[in-house]
Amino acid sequence: MEVTLQNLTKTFPNRDRKKREDVIAVHDFNFKIPDGQLIGLLGPSGCGKSTTLHLISGLLKPTKGNIFFGTEDVTALPPEHRGIGLVFQNYALYPHLTVLQNILFPLQNLKGKDKLTKTQMLEKATAAAKLVQIEGLMARKPRELSGGQQQRVAIARALVKTPKALLLDEPLSNLDARLRLQTREEIRRIQRETGITTIFVTHDQEEAMSISDQIIVMKEGIVQQAGKPQEVYDSPSNLFVAKFLGTPPINVFDGQVKAGRLCLGDDTVLNLEGIPDQPVYVGIRPEGFVCQEDGPLRCKLNGVEVMGRDVSLVFTHKASLAPTVRAIVSAQSQTAMTHCQEAALIRFRLIPQKIFLFHKETEERIYNKEYGL
Amino acid sequence: MTRKNFHRPSSAHADRSGLFRRTMQNRTGSGLKGWLYLLPAMLFLSIFMVYPLMDVFIYSFEEGYNSASQTYFGVGLYNYSYVLHDPYFLQAVRNTFLLVIVTVPLSTVLALLLSTGLNAIRPLRELLQTIYFLPYVTNTLAVGLVFMILFKKTPYSDGLVNLFITCFGGQGVDFIDGPYWAKMFVLCLYTIWVVMPFKILILTSALASVNQKYYQAAKVDGASRLRIFLRITLPMISPMLFYLVITGFIGAFKAYSDVVALFGTNLNAAGMNTMVGYVYDMLYGDSGGYPSYASAAAILLFAIVLTITCINLMASRKNIPS
Repeated sequence: MEVTLQNLTKTFPNRDRKKREDVIAVHDFNFKIPDGQLIGLLGPSGCGKSTTLHLISGLLKPTKGNIFFGTEDVTALPPEHRGIGLVFQNYALYPHLTVLQNILFPLQNLKGKDKLTKTQMLEKATAAAKLVQIEGLMARKPRELSGGQQQRVAIARALVKTPKALLLDEPLSNLDARLRLQTREEIRRIQRETGITTIFVTHDQEEAMSISDQIIVMKEGIVQQAGKPQEVYDSPSNLFVAKFLGTPPINVFDGQVKAGRLCLGDDTVLNLEGIPDQPVYVGIRPEGFVCQEDGPLRCKLNGVEVMGRDVSLVFTHKASLAPTVRAIVSAQSQTAMTHCQEAALIRFRLIPQKIFLFHKETEERIYNKEYGL
Repeated sequence: MTRKNFHRPSSAHADRSGLFRRTMQNRTGSGLKGWLYLLPAMLFLSIFMVYPLMDVFIYSFEEGYNSASQTYFGVGLYNYSYVLHDPYFLQAVRNTFLLVIVTVPLSTVLALLLSTGLNAIRPLRELLQTIYFLPYVTNTLAVGLVFMILFKKTPYSDGLVNLFITCFGGQGVDFIDGPYWAKMFVLCLYTIWVVMPFKILILTSALASVNQKYYQAAKVDGASRLRIFLRITLPMISPMLFYLVITGFIGAFKAYSDVVALFGTNLNAAGMNTMVGYVYDMLYGDSGGYPSYASAAAILLFAIVLTITCINLMASRKNIPS
């Protein structure tokens, strides 16, 4: 089912009573979530992503704007009538009920024509448990399960009444690194199998990029950019998005556009056309650096971290905003770099597609080779 | 369980030193130390709790024990037989049981409803919680006085409640010196009113400590308010509920001062005596001076309370999610 958010706004009264103005948690959110897609709501903590999720679930009422499920306006509908499944960050499994009772709970609440017989309920619960592969744990209490198992139960409970949309609030944050990797694949698989429109909230960009059909990046209640993960990564609309996506993060430099050339400190690194002279922020992805003996970017090498497939170079450049700059080069080019290392000076050529120019004040992107202005 | 915890620090220490003999020494050492720490409490409890309890148990089998001369006629079950055939005692047992059966469930359910209500409202919550807690810090006798004003017939007035009853065309009743049911009604009302604040206090805090996430989850799962209350809230606060029921039973079985506050000290004459009242009367009352009978009655009360508490605990084991 398609979920449409229209001018969605949520404000909370300010805790500090002296300040009159309200705290804006979500500001003018417009987005159409296509049917059957997996959407990642991404942003740093406090950016309003969880609030957005709660607005969709109906646990919070929007201050302004509307929410549509398909063509139906559900803005005024309470959560129990929206037919959504919600998985909480800490799962919120009922501790006094067994796994089976937990999964049955939403079914037992159905009334009127939706009411099911006991066998139907059991069938559905078993099917949901099979989907998340916890059939063997039905008699256990939540506290007898590991974190990953609890999460599966929570997903089964959310899925059992075949919701119109599945909402996941930081679904992986309570799991350890290995389990997180495995579970995100699992979520992807379950979403594919059921075809339920799924929205999940995360602050981990890697998590969002890896499994989402589309990601929405938020900051301070405002949507910064939405789109396919790779597109957003390759073409960030502003400095925040560029900095937020990618590990290791993008390197930001103070730059200057002078007569059609981009200068980082004393180094002239790129020819530009049609950009008026101005100071800019220059973002360069770690993979945008190529070691070259006569490259235009001259840096002081601090260290080399070998990570198997790749080599991570840490160096300094006086135009960089951060104390160190990090580049990822493939291990093959190591030979080119070894002799530079001895001199503690390293020179790079830059890949134009991996360079982004941002306006000094608005921080909006003004240039990228691939995507232009 | 306790033993294990007790020894954990010392055995951890021993693991590091790696000496078996040292381990054994440490174990006995920390055991002794533990007993030493327990000593003050043990001493206090055995002098003021265990010894008197044993003494009462012994007295209850000694016929005609005289505390002044420390003499008695014989040993046997006569005291119990006397007490169990004493109509005053049987009346006291009846009264006490009636009081327990009426007030414990009623006060607990009422307190549950009130605290659920208190928990649901936002404005003035603190103020209302304070008001509901006030009876707890009010003196029993002062409250008894207020109830007298409400219910007692005097040469000058019939009491406030009677005023209302006659106002609506009813027949006035003497609640304090009148028929048994009227007196029992006042006693139950009084008891419920006195025990409610504590229960409300405990239950409001228990309700407040239930994680809101469970309610949100249940709401999303489409549960009605009633179902959320029955399936989520009640099980979550059931440990506190059982605690209140158990202490409520014990408290109601030990009722005495409330009855005195309402009906004065001559409870046998009023037909409103309780089991503790009977024990007191046997010791110090007008018919007093019979420590043997008092002991036998006290042991009977003890046996009843113990049985009921055990039943309660067993029921709670079965129902409380641990």
